[in-house]
Amino acid sequence: MNKLTVSLSPHVHSGDSVSKNMYGVLIALVPALLCSFVYFGLGAILVTLVSVASCVLCEWAINKYMLKRTDTSVTDGSAILTGVLLAFNLPSNLPLWIVVIGAVFAIGVVKMTFGGLGCNLFNPALAGRAFLLISFPVQMTTWPKPMMGFFNLDAETGATPLALMKQVIKGGDQAAQAASELGNTDFLSMLTGNTGGCMGEVCELALLIGFFYMLYKKIITWHIPVSILATVFVFAGLLHIAKPEYPAPWLDLVSGGLMLGAIFMATDYVTSPMSKKGQLVYGIAIGFLTVVIRTWGAYPEGMSFAILIMNAFVPLINNYFKPKRFGEVVKK
Amino acid sequence: MKTFRIGGVHPAENKLSSGESIKPAGLPKVAVFPMGQHIGAPATPIVKKGDKVKVGTKIADAGGFVSAPIYSSVSGTVLKVDTVIDASGYAKPAVYITVEGDEWESSIDRSPDLVHIDKVYELEAKDIIEKIKEAGIVGMGGACFPTHVKLSPPPGSHPTCVIINAVECEPYLTSDHRLMLEHPDEILEGVALLMKAVNVNQAYIGIESNKPDAIQLMSDKAKVYHKFANIEVVPLKVKYPQGGEKQLIDAVIRRQVPAPPALPVSVGAIIQNVGTAYAVYEAVMKNKPLFERIVTVTGKSLSHPSNLLVRMGTPMQQLIDECGGLPEDTGKIIGGGPMMGKALLNTDVPICKGSSGVLIMNDKESKRSSVQPCIRCAKCVSACPMGLEPFLLSKLAEAENWERSEQEDVTSCIECGSCQFTCPSHRPLLDLIRQGKSTVMGIIRARHAK
Repeated sequence: MNKLTVSLSPHVHSGDSVSKNMYGVLIALVPALLCSFVYFGLGAILVTLVSVASCVLCEWAINKYMLKRTDTSVTDGSAILTGVLLAFNLPSNLPLWIVVIGAVFAIGVVKMTFGGLGCNLFNPALAGRAFLLISFPVQMTTWPKPMMGFFNLDAETGATPLALMKQVIKGGDQAAQAASELGNTDFLSMLTGNTGGCMGEVCELALLIGFFYMLYKKIITWHIPVSILATVFVFAGLLHIAKPEYPAPWLDLVSGGLMLGAIFMATDYVTSPMSKKGQLVYGIAIGFLTVVIRTWGAYPEGMSFAILIMNAFVPLINNYFKPKRFGEVVKK
Repeated sequence: MKTFRIGGVHPAENKLSSGESIKPAGLPKVAVFPMGQHIGAPATPIVKKGDKVKVGTKIADAGGFVSAPIYSSVSGTVLKVDTVIDASGYAKPAVYITVEGDEWESSIDRSPDLVHIDKVYELEAKDIIEKIKEAGIVGMGGACFPTHVKLSPPPGSHPTCVIINAVECEPYLTSDHRLMLEHPDEILEGVALLMKAVNVNQAYIGIESNKPDAIQLMSDKAKVYHKFANIEVVPLKVKYPQGGEKQLIDAVIRRQVPAPPALPVSVGAIIQNVGTAYAVYEAVMKNKPLFERIVTVTGKSLSHPSNLLVRMGTPMQQLIDECGGLPEDTGKIIGGGPMMGKALLNTDVPICKGSSGVLIMNDKESKRSSVQPCIRCAKCVSACPMGLEPFLLSKLAEAENWERSEQEDVTSCIECGSCQFTCPSHRPLLDLIRQGKSTVMGIIRARHAK
């Protein structure tokens, strides 16, 4: 007879794995990725490829040469995911050497410094974007207009709807012009992504398809995205009622990186809270901060900073918002 | 459909033997009876080498109140009083009996006739409990807690209902399912006896919806039986670990037992396994002590997965042989189900009161995957039926931070394995939590001893 394996229960496993989850998220990103290729052409493809390649290479090199790990863990898909998400947060005409810097910062500094997968405090892709936004403000806010021809790498550029909204709020000389330009951008074209912006964030419809796919596959739960979107809608709605020059709440929902952030960034396993209660608190805080930054902050876009700020609060949220223990439920 | 409210997982059911009717297993050549087959003090042998015993002869007395006597399941001669490695993996004192013929104690009623409760209406609660105690009955679901102790709740508590656990949420196991299909009347009589023992007017039988035939049959029988006892069949949505005592109470009567040391009776519930109800019937009405039980012998590579009526003390090897022999690719043998069962050291382990199944796993199924870093996906938190944070408890155990482990309610863990089952990183969550739990329990006991 063979030697028997003796181990503790449970003796069966669900079959879930880290890579299944990572590749599941990547599949959910495919619709938005295809949209970005359609809208922004070759530039988007190049940025994506360079970003993914630099992320994977950087993680592999640090694992192998600095941490001397035998298992270099790049096959789990997490570095690829960071690469795609970083690319999604960049304009498609960004010089490729800047993309490489962003990727190295995201993986090398934000992820691997803390010990690699599962250990980082901040979302690597978002931290990479924030780093680039502060370091290269001009390149990072020059948005190509969509549908300008596939091979047209020097496409005409224009302001994003969020930047126009900001102009309107600020008032002054350019407010009227911004308002009229904004008037041409309707809800539908913002929903389908026919506006300027980061390559992955423009097509909210494609992002929503990814959201439902991830819900269906049980990769994420509804708690974080829905609490963010609902908070933004309510808070922005109140502001709009109080002062009509503030953008309508439905425009807030489909502009900037809100959907991308709520669905793919804030739900990052490693940097979001563990309990459902904690996830709701986290989502509400992100939604609130996003509107605050969009309305009164220096940047037109508040999503990435809101998420990064709340990333820092996650350990605290985990400490204070425990799951409901069995037996604590109120007796009916 | 009802189910428990916190956590839970859905392991593949693999009920390979659900269509197989119960067959009696053959007699062993030598039957081995470990003295510690239950929670509490081990039993004390009252036979010695050379003594003659019959089927149903008492061979060991209870070692205390929380303990149970043990009866011979075979007739023959006591070979020796020695030790045996049981399902726990440790050597335990045991009585070996060489089997000769099959002669039963004359006091046991071996007729198949159903004895109805109204024939013994004069039986009082304490008589029933005394008979159960004397028959050596323990929880048949696997925990093996002496049944008479459960039926004697501490003074001041007020049982309001009996809940019969017929959930059988462990994958692969089908012994309770078959028992319900083949002995529904005896089960109802047993439930009525249990109700009488704790003086309640209501009983529920919780059955998961993957056993529609059992739900149908038991409901029909319970309706007819209604004039004798108020027994209601409650179909439950399939979810593991619904057979956990606290989860079952929550599912059936929507009340949650507070954290330990609170007992189920604190919310009025007395929980008994369906197999226990059957054993209670046999003990009280047929004068038959507990010496045989139904065992599911199963596994994907096994040629004939079966449900066998097994005399206790039969070595598992014999049951495996009766089901087509040990497959070539065997990698692990489990006593019980795959979620909470114990991996066995060898196939000589005898069937005991709590052996609900023998599960043969092949090489591939037997190995764990390599461990990856925790990605903080919180799937273990969602899966935990006790509302704990397995990722945190396992890390605290690793760091040997027992104080914080206690604060984070590690002692509430029911060791169901849902966390480890669901972990995408294949982390040994429950291994570590068990370590934390047992250490913290030790610390708490030491504190109370002072």
